Amino acid sequence: MNTETNTIEQLANSEYKWGFVTDIEADAAPRGLSEGIVRFISARKNEPEWLLEWRLRAYRHWLTMTEPRWPNVKYTVIDYQDIIYYSAPKPKKELKSLDEVDPELLRTYEKLGISLQEQERLSGVAVDAVFDSVSVATTFREKLMELGIIFCSFSEAVHNHPDLVRKYLGSVVPANDNFFAALNSAVFSDGSFCYIPKGVRCPMELSTYFRINAADTGQFERTLIVAEENSYVSYLEGCTAPMRDKNQLHAAVVELIAVGDNAQIKYSTVQNWYPGDKEGRGGIYNFVTKRGKCAGENSKISWTQVETGSAITWKYPSVLLQGDNSVGEFYSVAVVNNYQQADTGSKMIHIGKNTRSTIVSKGISAGRGQNSYRGLVSVKKGASHSRNFSQCDSLLLGDKCGAHTFPYIEVKNTSSKVEHEASTSKIGEDQIFYCKQRGLSTEDAVNLIVNGFCKEVFRELPMEFAVEAQKLLGVSLEGSVG
Amino acid sequence: MLEIRNLHASVNGKEILNGINLKVQAGEVHAIMGPNGSGKSTLAQVLAGRETYEATEGEVLYEGKDLLAMSPEDRAREGVFLAFQYPVEIPGVSNIYFLKAALNAVRKHKGLEEVDAVDFLQLVKQRTKLVEIDESLLNRPVNEGFSGGEKKRNEIFHMAVLEPKLAILDETDSGLDIDALRIVADGVNKLRKKDNAVIVVTHYQRLLNYIVPDFVHVLVDGRIVKSGGKELALELEERGYEWVKEADRVAIQA
Repeated sequence: MNTETNTIEQLANSEYKWGFVTDIEADAAPRGLSEGIVRFISARKNEPEWLLEWRLRAYRHWLTMTEPRWPNVKYTVIDYQDIIYYSAPKPKKELKSLDEVDPELLRTYEKLGISLQEQERLSGVAVDAVFDSVSVATTFREKLMELGIIFCSFSEAVHNHPDLVRKYLGSVVPANDNFFAALNSAVFSDGSFCYIPKGVRCPMELSTYFRINAADTGQFERTLIVAEENSYVSYLEGCTAPMRDKNQLHAAVVELIAVGDNAQIKYSTVQNWYPGDKEGRGGIYNFVTKRGKCAGENSKISWTQVETGSAITWKYPSVLLQGDNSVGEFYSVAVVNNYQQADTGSKMIHIGKNTRSTIVSKGISAGRGQNSYRGLVSVKKGASHSRNFSQCDSLLLGDKCGAHTFPYIEVKNTSSKVEHEASTSKIGEDQIFYCKQRGLSTEDAVNLIVNGFCKEVFRELPMEFAVEAQKLLGVSLEGSVG
Repeated sequence: MLEIRNLHASVNGKEILNGINLKVQAGEVHAIMGPNGSGKSTLAQVLAGRETYEATEGEVLYEGKDLLAMSPEDRAREGVFLAFQYPVEIPGVSNIYFLKAALNAVRKHKGLEEVDAVDFLQLVKQRTKLVEIDESLLNRPVNEGFSGGEKKRNEIFHMAVLEPKLAILDETDSGLDIDALRIVADGVNKLRKKDNAVIVVTHYQRLLNYIVPDFVHVLVDGRIVKSGGKELALELEERGYEWVKEADRVAIQA
């Protein structure tokens, strides 16, 4: 009788579409974590002494920390000695063109519908492809170099731009910030580095596709983006992961720094890590620290994320609003289906005067998924006349899922204004019937309603990314509402 | 076009329709009248395929096909349209986008190509005039923040774009002021063709001054107890539903 539940079950029953494993020989570290492994990684990457020291300090600090248990998620204890901390495709010579890339890898990208050729030719997007832990192809770099923009793998940046890396690494997320950030700092393998010089507006969206490949390999990415005075950059991060039956830990750190006045960074993520199967087996643990610092006056950092993947998501992209009149934004769509759990949200820390922040969070829960919004808005004493607006909306598909909201608000002055709005709604049988009566299938009806619900977030995404995000949402909820 | 034979339907085990018989031919307008709770809206919902209502007995043939065996979306694609008594809001989805998706679903079913964006805009423009709907409502989310009258008018606008064969108007007149009523009725009249039919479900005779029916049926306790021409509506207005109920009781006892 209840079609809504039926549809939800159908959606929930659809399989993860991107589950396949690419057969590329991996060069991996032995299982487990020790000072020796940290040294192994650093040596393998031929790193300078200061970075090894930085890693070791992080590692030693990590040993003193305990895994946080406050997030509203449940999972079995992670055995950190049962993880392989480093794996790289066999080292090859530097690649000049896509022709030199392993055809197997190119086929993988094609299956995902993100072939590099296409990206390069059609969309004008420079792609720094992170495959497992080592970047194998970087495009458009020369064009960017002409403008003084640096866009390369983190390892290359360590060798070619050590001063910049040394200056900014850990400046927003210190190595001892939290358990997972400390772990990442000790063992991070690779990632992306981006530097936009003064007065330069990056003419294209910079994009990275992350992908976990070798089985049982933790993925510890490190991204660092620095924007100087009057510069602008829009950065896209997207990922899908192949099917696995064993949990995989992903603990990335992303640091954004809008250094100068009027600097702007827009960071968009479409995340589709393997969520586990219908019974909740397997799937990625995505414990990520993402934080930006608006150091300059009138600077701006904007996070937009569409999260459909991971068995467990633990992530709070945040902005430190240090410069006067700086702006922080967070737009998020988080989808949980089957047994997925998400505890995600944002932190806006107002330090400078007249700083403004906006949080728009859309949580969608289906199947037995549990979705929690957790957010902090902190307005410090000196942040006079600051403003925040937060809106947290939850949409429930079915009656076995959950939505939770944990907003924290601290205001230390009297001239600032903080607003928080929250709503929870259910996709109504009447809405679905109305769509069907106009000729739409249940699936199309659900997609339409869900996309309508997420509209405020999707319109913040760059065009081609928005299309991909909508598709991904459709795939993630396939069979979940009828 | 439509033939309902001895239709029984219930919701949550409670029987609402107790054997409806009705024949609707192409080109006709039928009015279904009756007091509150007589089953008028249930009939409309059952014809549209709402799953909360269960047809327990009887059959419905639509263009020779078993309507009750069809999914709601297939009924819509085959030309059955329900103008909702309470149109539903869909936040974040623009009215025009929604309508385009609907029209394309119908076209796909018929084996036609998706409508071209320019052609679609032209069609929409033309149809907005037909129902005198404010163009600003096109880009707003479906029914969200619409006034009661705007929602009803929007239903007729959907009908104008989708051009159904069988339109069922469920209390489209409720909540409309006299001017809006006239506009809505004019729109419906302009959409009348010899190959489509309309079933008007209403409480009051008022709407039938504008949409003149060929047949009027009075529904009481889930059965059609009296049928007649348009003059029956006037008689009902004058004598009230008690009159037909009384006549029905006498008939049953006899």
